[in-house]
Amino acid sequence: MQDAAAVAQRSYRVGEARSRRVMLSPALTVLVVGLVCPLIIVLVYSFLEAGTYGGVEWRFSLEAYQQFLFQRDIFDDSLSFSTAYLEIFGRSLFMAVLATAVCLAIGFPTAYFIATRPPEQRMFWVFLITVPYWVNLLIRTLALLFIIRDQGPINAALQGLDMIDAPLRIAYTDFAIVLGLAYSYLPFMILPIYAALERSDTRLVEAAYDLYASKARVLVDVVIPGAKAGIIAGAILVFIPSIGSYLAPDILGGGRELLAGNLIAQQFQASRNWPFGAACAVILMTVVMLGLIQFVRSQERTRRGEMR
Amino acid sequence: MSHATRIDRLRSYPGFGPLTIICLTFLYAPLLVVSVYSFNATRSITEWGGFSFDWYVRAFNNPTIRDAAGNSLFVAVCAATLATTLATMAAISLLRGPPLKGQTGAVSLVSLPLMVPEIITAIASLIFFVTIGVPLGFVSLIAAHTVFCIPFAYLPISARLSGIEATLDEAAGDLYASRADVIRTILIPLMMPGIASGFCLAFIVSLDDFIIANFVSGPGSTTLPVAIYGLARIGFTPEINAVATLMLAVSILFVGLSWFLGRKTTQIN
Repeated sequence: MQDAAAVAQRSYRVGEARSRRVMLSPALTVLVVGLVCPLIIVLVYSFLEAGTYGGVEWRFSLEAYQQFLFQRDIFDDSLSFSTAYLEIFGRSLFMAVLATAVCLAIGFPTAYFIATRPPEQRMFWVFLITVPYWVNLLIRTLALLFIIRDQGPINAALQGLDMIDAPLRIAYTDFAIVLGLAYSYLPFMILPIYAALERSDTRLVEAAYDLYASKARVLVDVVIPGAKAGIIAGAILVFIPSIGSYLAPDILGGGRELLAGNLIAQQFQASRNWPFGAACAVILMTVVMLGLIQFVRSQERTRRGEMR
Repeated sequence: MSHATRIDRLRSYPGFGPLTIICLTFLYAPLLVVSVYSFNATRSITEWGGFSFDWYVRAFNNPTIRDAAGNSLFVAVCAATLATTLATMAAISLLRGPPLKGQTGAVSLVSLPLMVPEIITAIASLIFFVTIGVPLGFVSLIAAHTVFCIPFAYLPISARLSGIEATLDEAAGDLYASRADVIRTILIPLMMPGIASGFCLAFIVSLDDFIIANFVSGPGSTTLPVAIYGLARIGFTPEINAVATLMLAVSILFVGLSWFLGRKTTQIN
């Protein structure tokens, strides 16, 4: 009886599988055509020659990657090692790491605070954290510039209180860029940490207190390890958009010092060197992929740890 | 486990509360300041000269801003509708029944737009449209936004769908309802709050996007963020503050709506 039912169920499902695939195909087709293909074309373009008036010449060339590491002498055409572009990527990496650290420093206590609120209040706190994320990033970045400008409210207030004589230079500095990145992606840090804290096994916390652990010990040895998956998820979610960011360096840094995102954009705007832009995009994507692989690995490790 | 004991277990630490306040101030203060200054009567963006709606009137009468706002709305409605439809179909096929062949791959493909830095999505779309010969304009913009919006629509829709008991569609199947009937008469109506919530998120994501639009919109299809960026390049004006405040209000309205619909989802479960 049960077997017959199972067989019927299975045959019903086998027939279903085809119609499910048909229904799934439009979304997958759009994603493959609209994103996977363009990404492959970027990879292909990075191995082509730059056209004289923008675009590409369809000839295989490693010129774009060469340009990333070497400078071609305009007189004798010789190549010499140059760190200019490596420095831009290094600075992007450094600022993304700094922004991630700032987000973690503010985000962890906030997530912990929310997790310790009464359950009926927590959703509201989460909502408060989520709202700014959905506000236009351009507007948020401009708003941040508006308040940190030389004539902005922060400087006006500090000068009004006679704390400083000349306006504090915050806008158009590297500090402003890091501040902007942290401001842009802070909710990405808080939400996964909060989720991890809420799921974590609080019996361990109780056990630690029963064994006379201090509050600091409990935080370092029990709470933080318990929320590790969330912390890693948050760090990745802040790091990835930060390293490719375009708006924060463009608006808050005044566009003076390039970061990876701006360098790539520039190749498709003023500089018109598509293969070089594509090569930079491939390099950036590789860095992001390495981060993602690390992320997936650590998630799997925690999952395996939980099962044990 | 009662809630009271949970709170006791996770004890609070000194300084975490104040840090949370600092965090929220950091997130909200710039937005508040911009909104307040959009009502400033004087042209000065540093001194307060009384309350006025002048800058809103001016922004509404600025043809560049008005056209761009119209374009943005048109693109967002089209892209969100397409993305929501695709995401709904994908969610039903992925979450109902045993895992399909290549299920994991399909799920990661749906979330791929979230993994790629936006600037790369933007230039990849630009190169793609130029290579296949699609002129930059509404078509390229709507196509690029649809792709980008799919994961945002998919998240609330799939969350809602996994909350609907599979016994409901199995029961209907036992009563000889076809799969199409089950989807039309049972799943879609029950999924409606999730679908609406997904539409809201996709709509804001499209409306808010600057980077992709900056690269794939043509001369006649400039969206509002692209127009604001152009204006802000010239210099800060209270007019920009007014438009920014309006966009802020629209975003908050839609997120609020999406959150409200999503909350209804959890209540039903």
